[in-house]
Order: sequence, then structure tokens, then C-alpha cells
Amino acid sequence: MNARKVTYREALREAMVEALRGDPRVFLMGEDVGAYGGCFAVSRGMLEEFGPERVRDTPLSESAFVGAGIGAALGGMRPIVEVMTCNFSLLAADQIVNTAATLLHMSGGQFSVPLVIRMATGGGKQLAAQHSHSLEGWYAHVPGIRVLVPATLQDARGMMAGALECPDPVLIFEHQTLYNREGELAEDAGAVAIHGAKIQRPGRDLTIVAYGAGLWKSLAAAEALAAEGIDAEVIDLRVLRPLDDATIVESVARTHRVLIVDEGWRSGGIAAEIGMRIMEQAFYQLDRPVARLCGVEVPIPYAPQLEHAALPQVEGILEIARELIHGHE
Amino acid sequence: MSDFTMPSLGADMAAATMMRWRVKPGDGVKRGDVVAEVETDKGLIEIEIFEDGTVEELVAGIGEKLPVGAVLARIRESGTAPLPAVIPAVQRRRVSPLARKIAAELGVELSGIEGSGPGGAIEKADVERAASHPVEASAEEAGTAPLRRAIAAAMEKSNREIPHYHLDATIDMTSALAWLARENELRVIQARLLPAVLLLKAVAGALRVEPDLNGVWRDGRLQRSERIHINFAIALRGGGLITPAIHDVDRKSHDEIMADLNDLVPRVRAGRLRSSELTEGTITVTHLGESVVERVWGVIYPPQVAIVGFGRVAEQPWAENGMLGVRQVLCATLAGDHRASDGRVGARFLDALNQQLQKP
Amino acid sequence: MTDSEIRDAILDGLARIAPEADLASLDPKANLRAALDLDSFDFLRFLIELGEATGVEVPEADYGCVTTLETMSEYITKAARGRGQRGRD
Repeated sequence: MNARKVTYREALREAMVEALRGDPRVFLMGEDVGAYGGCFAVSRGMLEEFGPERVRDTPLSESAFVGAGIGAALGGMRPIVEVMTCNFSLLAADQIVNTAATLLHMSGGQFSVPLVIRMATGGGKQLAAQHSHSLEGWYAHVPGIRVLVPATLQDARGMMAGALECPDPVLIFEHQTLYNREGELAEDAGAVAIHGAKIQRPGRDLTIVAYGAGLWKSLAAAEALAAEGIDAEVIDLRVLRPLDDATIVESVARTHRVLIVDEGWRSGGIAAEIGMRIMEQAFYQLDRPVARLCGVEVPIPYAPQLEHAALPQVEGILEIARELIHGHE
Repeated sequence: MSDFTMPSLGADMAAATMMRWRVKPGDGVKRGDVVAEVETDKGLIEIEIFEDGTVEELVAGIGEKLPVGAVLARIRESGTAPLPAVIPAVQRRRVSPLARKIAAELGVELSGIEGSGPGGAIEKADVERAASHPVEASAEEAGTAPLRRAIAAAMEKSNREIPHYHLDATIDMTSALAWLARENELRVIQARLLPAVLLLKAVAGALRVEPDLNGVWRDGRLQRSERIHINFAIALRGGGLITPAIHDVDRKSHDEIMADLNDLVPRVRAGRLRSSELTEGTITVTHLGESVVERVWGVIYPPQVAIVGFGRVAEQPWAENGMLGVRQVLCATLAGDHRASDGRVGARFLDALNQQLQKP
Repeated sequence: MTDSEIRDAILDGLARIAPEADLASLDPKANLRAALDLDSFDFLRFLIELGEATGVEVPEADYGCVTTLETMSEYITKAARGRGQRGRD
């Protein structure tokens, strides 16, 4: 099988191009997705291929164009809506949470909303508190929607097809620092499952549960730990709703120690939920209290050193992992 | 409001059974009052309270087996008003859930395990190590008596953790014993002194000179004790021994020390000790002088840092100032914790002990 | 006090100090402290109780005369009689 070098951004674009080519119901809309090629340049060149009917620039009104997406989905289309960053998705929270997520229920099962919403998440690019927060954990709280957090090129390339097939609203969170990430992708890379976590690195001594950009920091930490004789297992969650409890619990049953890495704020975050599920399902497998490394509870700062300090980093993962293995308080 | 909890009556104790309350709700209590009796591996122990106040509620029921730290009663401190009841948190030993589960599966008793995790938490590896330890396992299987197990645990801990050094010195007891014989001749039989009284007093006097042997090793350092409470090894008629503390030996006269022995020994043998007598010792003295034993190579009782041993008194040829004579001599030994003190300190202690015994 | 009363007083005292011992099979010529595992404290308490029962206090200098059941009975008997005679004088 031939592999080629691509970026995360290109993998996302390939997935959308493939979808637009293969299904006339699919179209893309959002702020600056057409002529400008997308704020993160994901849709560059798509306007030229598919025209303004299928690659549509919208006014700066998240509530309006997400609502339009819901209407289009109800009308039989398969819309992909890009909301520049998840901070701005809060302007459409009413559409997403109160409408898209509930319609199937409130219509007595008559109306599905097959809508896909893409948004950028996370910090690390000096985009400050307006554009850098991690709100995927909030959306994972809401029943009726599916929350995807692709971290790898395979998932960036392969999750879109499944998301478009899904009869329910699907939110895809793309971490800002991953767009330029380059790697090998198989020539024939295609659809992947949009459920289940994946063990990205098997290990015996410690489980690190991560997603998005945290996955790569965790894998880097695991390499450094291996040099110290600590064999860490790294799990890529891939999907925050529904959570894949089984993979986490089975891993904890092997390693008995666990660290959750979550860029979102600590209080009430997805790390808290995962920790609680471990308590519920694997309490008697724990040899140490569950540990977590989360974003510091501040608006993400602009200054690079402060932004660095506010986000989970490899050094922090190393420190907690060593403590979990060797620590005596 | 404060919690009165099950005290630890030695490093080897994990739990005890509540046998009797000596107080009831509403009773006033003073520091040092005996408030309850509990059954431990070392027999029935009278538990004392450490604050002044009023008994608000008795939490522990008769016959309940409770771990160290469990709440026994709630005490309202003197001068505070009654408060609405809250459920107190019970202090538990730290054991990881996994360790607890594995211990249950392997039938390993957690009480005998040393934890290596944070705050002394017992973890999986600790349980597995204990499970593969043949001595402990066989002691359990053989149905070893609780007292024997308690001694085993303390001595095992001592041998594992304390780097002992040993010194001995032969001491001329002629004048001390002559003094004792004269004293006893003048006394009615009820007031007679035993040689052990002289030895205890001499140890206390020597500890005033060398305080580095009087205390405990805790948190990685020697914690000297201002007061001198000597644990005196008392053999039980059925086998085994208990080392209750005689408090403030340095401040007591010979008669007071003898009175303490007269009080303690029958209570030890009847299994009726007080908690402070089991927990507050700052050094141990063992006396095997009534057999043919010449020297006692002692094993320190953790967390103390020294044990003094006395062998038998025997007549021996003794050369002094170029003259040979026959003297009554005894061999005194010292085992010291080398983390807390060095041989020089031990040597000075034995020297001081010798001087104390030359002028009782 | 008769000889047998003195003997009973000795055996009573020993039974209190060494309750687990089988005194019926105790050899009258055996060293008491060795046979019954009495330490100096036990022995002193025993002599105190015996003194209270018989009126005879054994001085330390005479401990060598009361090492067995037999010699102790003789010693106490003799001492009690001496005291008794003095009492009649």
C-alpha cells in the first residue's frame, strides 16, 4: 500500500471534497469558507471546484447559518457547517442544543437532523481568549449529538464520511495546532468508525487517556517515560460522546494507574466525567487515585509564555506520570 | 466537639475490641482518666483520655472490633456549648482499592503490611510482597497466639528497619548490692526493694547524661524525649512478654519505683494495662539476671532507639589497683539505633550507668 | 500452727503466684523457683503473703534456707515455733 505525505488540513479537505463529489446533497457553508478558503484554509480551492451554490459564504451570524443548516438537513440535504472556532459556536448554542439535539425527541421520532458542524478548538496559536477555548467537553454533556475529536490524519480523513451518514447532528472539533501537522497517510485512506477509542501506544505501567492535541503531547511524554523505564499506555478517545468506557476500563484493569489529559478547564470537564466512570467501573483496579491534567482555569492568555503555562504540556504529563509510579508524597 | 479515637497502642496494633465503657454520656472527664477498656493482642487495656471535657456520645458499642483511629466517643471540650450532631469521618489506613481486593483474594491480613505508597498507603506490590513472605504466612497458619504475633511483628519491623549497634560493659555491683542488702535488712518485707529498682534508677540517671538514647525515631529523625519513661520487660507466665512503661523514672525514689513495679507486674500478668503504659515508653530495659544468662543482646522496640539489657550477677575475680579480689559483677549491654546515635554516645551512656551503680 | 497448716499455707501461696502449676506432683526436694518458674518479684510477693498467713518474715539472708518445699516447711515451722515460745514467755 502506498503512503503519501499530507497535512491534517489537507486530510480534512480531501474528506469534504470526496463527500461533495460523491453526494449531491452535501454542501459546505460558513464564514469565509468560499472566496477566502476558510479561516484555517481548510476549504481552499473548493469554491473553484464546486461553485458558490455548494460552497457558501455566510453572514457573521452563527445562529442564522447553523439554523439554516438544521433546516437544510430536515429538508433532505447533508450540510457541513463550519463554525470558525468553538468560542463562536456559543452564538449558535440555542440552535445546536435546543433544536438540533432535541428535534428527533420532540417530533416523536419523525425528524432526524443529519447535520455536520465543524469547528476549531483549543489554544497554542496565540489567538487569545476570543478563539482558543476548548468547549468540546460542554457539548459532550448534551444527549442527542455526537462529538468527534479527530487527532490523527486517519481520523481527519476518515471521520467525515461517517459523520455525514449519521442521522443525528455530529460536531467535529479540530484542534488549531493540528492543522499543519504533517504525516503519512495511506493512498487509499477512507472512512473510519465514528465510535470507540483507540489505544495508540500499548503499555503496562500507566494509562494516559487523551484526545486532540493532548494525544500527541501524551505520546511524546510516553516516549520520554519509556527511556526512564516507565511503560505508558496511551489511549486516543477519538469520540467524546458517546464515551468508550470499555477501552478505558480494560486499560486501567491492566495498568492500575491512570492520568487523564484534557485541555478543557478542570471543573466539570470531560476529565471529571472519565474519572468518575473509572470510579464506577474500575474502582477495585486502582492502585493510586485517578490523576488528571487539565487546562488552567483562566481565559486563555495571549502572551506565549502565559498561554504555554495555561495548557497541558509534555513536562506536566511527565511529572504526574512519575509521581503516579514512584511518588511517595 | 472532638473525637476520642482508638489509640495506637504500639506499632504492631491494628485494631482492638471495645469491652467496657467506664463513662456515660454527660460524665465530666479529665486528661488521664481511664474511660474505657479494650481487648488487644496484649490483653485488656485501659484507655485514657487526653483532654478535659464532657462525654457527649459513646459511639463504639461493646464487642465492636475497631481499627486504630476509629471514633470511640465524642467529647465536648470544657467551656463549649453542645453542637448538633455531625457524622465524624473515620480515619482509615490508606489501602488502594486494588490492594484491598488482592489482599482479600490472597487471604493476606492488611494489618501486618507496610505500605510503600503516598502516606504509607498499601499498594498492590506491597500485598504481593507480603503474600510471598513465608514467615508471616506460616505464623498465621500455625494459629500463633495474638501476643506472639504482636511480638513477631514488632521484632520483625525492628530487625528490618533498625541498624543496631551493640556494646557491653562489666559492672562491679558489690557496693550497690551491699547497700541494697543493708536497706532490706532494715525494712519490713512489704517494703523490700528488688535489684531491678537499682538498675532502673541507674538507667534513668545515665539517660540524663546521654539523652540521645531516650526518645523515638520518627519522620526520619531522632525525637528526644524530655521525660524518661522506661519500658520494663515483664515475662508472662504463659510465655511471651509485655513491656509496660514506668513513667518519669528519673524523678522517682527507689521506693516509688518499687511501688510502681508492685502495681504493674500483677496487672501485666492479669492483662490489665493502661494505654499510656503501652505507648509512652522512651527506652526499654530487659533483665534476665535471674537465670544463667551473662549478656542480653537486645532488639530495640520500635520506634524507640535503644534497649538496655542486664545479665546475672555473679562472683568473679576482679583486679583493681594491682590487687586481685572477688567481686559481684554484672554485664550491662546496650543496643542502639545507629541512625539515631553512634557508639560513642552508647559508650558514654554505659560509663554513666557504671558510675550511677557505684553510688546508689 | 500445725505442720500441715504451714504446708497448706505455703501451697496456697504458691497456687496464687503460679496458678497454672500442678502442685500435687511437685517434688518436695525440687528448687521451687526453678520448678515453678518464679522470678524475684513472684518470690517476694509469695514471701509477703506467706508472712501475712504465718507471721514469719524470711530475711533476705535466709533465702538459701527456703529453696525447696521441704526446707521451707521446716524453716517456717521452726521460726513459727520460736516465735510462739517467745510469746508464751
